[in-house]
Amino acid sequence: MLEMLEIKNLHAGIDGKEILKGLNLEIGTGEVHAIMGPNGSGKSTLANVLAGKPRYTVTSGQVLYEGKDLLGMPTEERAREGVFLAMQYPVEIPGVNNTYFLKAALNAVRKHRGLEELDAMEFLQLAREKMKLVEIDESFMNRGVNEGFSGGEKKRNEIFQMAVLDPKLAILDETDSGLDIDALRVVAGGVNTLRSEKHSVLVITHYQRLLRYLIPDSVHVLANGQIVKSGGKELAEELEQKGYDWIETEAAAAR
Amino acid sequence: MSVTVASDIREQAAQRFAQLGWPSTKLEEWKYTNVAPISRVDWRVDEHPKLADTYGASLAERASRELVFVNGRGPTSATSHPLFAKYADYMRHPFVALNTSHAQDGALIVIPDGELVEGFIHLLFIGEGDGIWSHPRNLIVVGRNAQVTIVESYVGRGSYFTNTVTEIVAGDGSVVDHTRIEQESPEAFHVGTVQIHQERASSVTARTIALGGLLVRSETNVALTGEGASATLDGLFVLSGRQHVDNQTLIDHARPHCDSLELYKGILDGSARGIFDGRIIVRPDAVKTNSRQTNHNLLLSETAIVDSKPTLEIHNDDVKCNHGSTIGQLDEDAMFYLRARGIGENEARNLLVYAFASEIVDRIKTDAVREQVRRAMFAHMPDRLPERRESPRE
Repeated sequence: MLEMLEIKNLHAGIDGKEILKGLNLEIGTGEVHAIMGPNGSGKSTLANVLAGKPRYTVTSGQVLYEGKDLLGMPTEERAREGVFLAMQYPVEIPGVNNTYFLKAALNAVRKHRGLEELDAMEFLQLAREKMKLVEIDESFMNRGVNEGFSGGEKKRNEIFQMAVLDPKLAILDETDSGLDIDALRVVAGGVNTLRSEKHSVLVITHYQRLLRYLIPDSVHVLANGQIVKSGGKELAEELEQKGYDWIETEAAAAR
Repeated sequence: MSVTVASDIREQAAQRFAQLGWPSTKLEEWKYTNVAPISRVDWRVDEHPKLADTYGASLAERASRELVFVNGRGPTSATSHPLFAKYADYMRHPFVALNTSHAQDGALIVIPDGELVEGFIHLLFIGEGDGIWSHPRNLIVVGRNAQVTIVESYVGRGSYFTNTVTEIVAGDGSVVDHTRIEQESPEAFHVGTVQIHQERASSVTARTIALGGLLVRSETNVALTGEGASATLDGLFVLSGRQHVDNQTLIDHARPHCDSLELYKGILDGSARGIFDGRIIVRPDAVKTNSRQTNHNLLLSETAIVDSKPTLEIHNDDVKCNHGSTIGQLDEDAMFYLRARGIGENEARNLLVYAFASEIVDRIKTDAVREQVRRAMFAHMPDRLPERRESPRE
């Protein structure tokens, strides 16, 4: 069976500084993987490189998404192909209406997939349904994108957008950071509804707490720009108890 | 000035223009704008103007009244009114002197005391033909406690020159909403002066939307001459190619307890040049003045230039005044956010540019006018966006 994502020997960085130093990872279709690691290990760099954020540069390696060259696609094409990044720090865009923005995004994705674009009524119906899922108020839709949202509201909005856009590969970059337990449950619920044999999820996190609600198929530890250890869900618990130091020591010893 | 008869005023203004001449860039208020491209043309008046096209700018179906002027000729004239040339200072301003001496037709709008005019009045000025100049002259006199909304639109075709003056007299307690939508042809020259005289407790909004024209000078001067008057000055200029738009504003706080709120926003692409030169004077008598002046600019290319010069002159201590200006570029993170959701680069750029402008556009209360500005802005935008495909550092 075709892998959803194959990352081969990825070297990448920002402003001339190499951060990912030969990262390898495979995510099968229908699987949920978690990447954990200490601060500065390259977790967010990986998320941003996969989504195509400008200023990040790839110096070598390859990323195949459904067998296609992901790194060769412009940012918007990756999204239209079904890659979604729930961002760590969603930006506020005053003056761009949430409804307008999300409808434009959805229709760009639908058009790319050869589906008919939704009109205003059809879109609102879909949006309402998904809003319930992430427990956000309809008044959100009439505000500017993330404008004046609290940290938790911004993260819910990311999951809401994810639910509307229905990506094949969702990447969650520290979506759990700064969330209270209610918001955490809602976010996990949103991700769990996306779970199916056709969808894959990559959860990037520092802590294990989101993984209690979102049981991963595999857990990987990222340290110093490489995956240094992989295992099942029990690895997350081990990391929670013992911290990251032992992994780094182990990795250093192996080098 | 002792002259009162229109012909004497014109004669005096002509003499004054002969003395002043075309302004040189050595003058402080003209330092950014060289008018040589205007002064070297041997302009002529169109003796037989004909209405050929309204360039999509007619709002006849939505306005309570629309007056159309072609090359300075139209259904009404303000030059015989006793208040003609009473406020716009032709002794100081060369283009006002030029307009006053050559004054052609224009709107004469006199709103009686207490009358609330429904909807809005649309004044459409059309310029047609190379080498043609026009000097429309408008006078708006709003009585005590009266209310009116007036929109001026400027459109056309060719390399013409429109030199327009509008005088607004806002009586005690009146409410005036005035919008100028400048969408002149890409080869046209435009100098527009709005002179506003505000009496006690009057409230005036003067809005300038500059989209078209090759060389444009826009002046808005407000005299707050009665206690408790308030003025709102909004401005938006969206420029590309080699456009040059110079915005000058002057708010004169002459009496106590007056408010002024000013916000100008500029969006510049290509090799466009924009200027915001705003001056606020608070006189010794004008205690309890409340004034805020802001100018924000968005540069979309490396070759666009903007000069921002907000100035406050305060002559008493009992005031609340502040001013500021910014010049920035499109927010890279916002661009990434939109694109990461599937929105194409050009559409994302348009969305952000429009979002920047929306603060001004959304404040236009009349639906038809707001929609017109939005349409005009989008019509002005798309061509310029695809030219930037390069992405830095790649």
